[in-house]
Amino acid sequence: MFGRSRLGGALAYLAAAFLLLPLVAVIPVSFTAKRFLSLPDGEWSLRHYRALFEDGAWLSSIGTSFTIALVSSILATALATSFGLGLWLRRPRAGALFVGFALLPMVVPPVTSAIILYFLLARLGLLDTIAGLVIGHAIMTLPFAVIAMLSAFAKLDRSLEMAARNLGASTTQSIFLVVLPNLRTGILSAWFLAFILSWEESSVTLFTSGVQVITLPKLIWDNLRLNVDPVIAAISVVMVVVTTVVIITRALARHRLSTPQ
Amino acid sequence: MLLLALYVVPFAGVVSWSVTQPEIGFAQYWRILSGGDMTNVFLRTLRIAVISTTITVLVGYCLSYYWVMGSRLRQTILEVCIFIPFWISVLVRAFGWLIILRDNGMANSFLMAAHVITEPLGTGRNEFAVIVGMVHFMVPFSVFPMATVMRKIDRRILLAAHGLGADPATVFRKIFLPLSMPGVFAAFVMVLVFSVGFFVTPAILGGGRVVMVAEAVFVQMFQTTNWGLGAAMSVVLLLLIGAIVGLAYRLLGVRSFVG
Repeated sequence: MFGRSRLGGALAYLAAAFLLLPLVAVIPVSFTAKRFLSLPDGEWSLRHYRALFEDGAWLSSIGTSFTIALVSSILATALATSFGLGLWLRRPRAGALFVGFALLPMVVPPVTSAIILYFLLARLGLLDTIAGLVIGHAIMTLPFAVIAMLSAFAKLDRSLEMAARNLGASTTQSIFLVVLPNLRTGILSAWFLAFILSWEESSVTLFTSGVQVITLPKLIWDNLRLNVDPVIAAISVVMVVVTTVVIITRALARHRLSTPQ
Repeated sequence: MLLLALYVVPFAGVVSWSVTQPEIGFAQYWRILSGGDMTNVFLRTLRIAVISTTITVLVGYCLSYYWVMGSRLRQTILEVCIFIPFWISVLVRAFGWLIILRDNGMANSFLMAAHVITEPLGTGRNEFAVIVGMVHFMVPFSVFPMATVMRKIDRRILLAAHGLGADPATVFRKIFLPLSMPGVFAAFVMVLVFSVGFFVTPAILGGGRVVMVAEAVFVQMFQTTNWGLGAAMSVVLLLLIGAIVGLAYRLLGVRSFVG
């Protein structure tokens, strides 16, 4: 009865179309036979997809992004887990303050964060290195991992830990054998979030690297600023397709689960 | 603690740059506040941020309402439409708009082919393009807080109002809308905070013509290597955002939505 109005529904679909429009727009451009950014006029070609796979710069930037995302997301997840664990076990009085600090990089504008990290990495001599970027990305994605972990901890039953302790488990045993295994899904989703965010992270990367270490967003950025190459359209299509497949599969699975047969 | 060392301490260093580079004093802050070019950058940023936040929240409200209240099929369709752009890189999304909006882009060729216009509209590399791109980026973010609040609204209240003779439009206006306002405010504050510091989209879609604070900082740091000014600007930006959050906290008690 509610949420069935025609006009409102039409508006909602219009808004949804607006969200999808730029993602669809890149598709035809990626098949142009021309060297420059244009719509294919009768002639379709896969040359830009081939360029993507043959050009070493693209492949190596994808590799760099992947490595950094992998390492920094594991680091961020480990930090977030231990942070959550500390709060959960000790329940310090200044807990809210700690959470506030942990979430800072999310509220502070990315550019300010980027300058802060630039300053830090310059001091450490890690500018334009993989290690520097890993640290930067881990800090930037930490708040999101922390949020995911805190919501996982909130769902965790305290009596589990107490039962383990009652049965004679040491703190270490109860943490590793009881608490952490029960947080599997939370840890996994925190890691996934951190991985995706690091994969896409551009502001810190643009400020703290660029000559020796080139990530995929950095390469796309340079290309967009200087000469817009249709290869960008090709890589965009690949990214859009992969994301879409994952999300639709998930939505369909849920839809099927929640509809009684 | 580790984060404190890695994040808060270097921030003090950045603040120190802002008053010592190139020479000691508050000259950089004076330049930002004195009404010159940099003041304009800040004012422009605020104006664009407020406009795009308002549009974002309106579009997002529409989407969240049907995401939460619509039929199951509609919910699934909208969910997919909200999540796909959400997970896609900001660069790809800005690039999509670049293709559509640049002066010889799709929007103009389409409208010319349909004989709606004869001259290309100036849609590329201006404030209009920046606002479209920013709204597009923000909509999914605005949907989540609003949808959370809407989910908590008790359907029985709506049914009761309906049973007492109110037609759906009245139920929406008198009951649903006021009850969902906390979500709207939360979304508004969050999107505003994001858009004031926005970097990638304005830099690409503005093409150097619509310079917002974040891009100006980038230029000061790396093109004119004016570190003091860049650092001072980012400190002012941070204070501005602190002020927005502080104000919202005072007015509405944002804590209840964030936690």
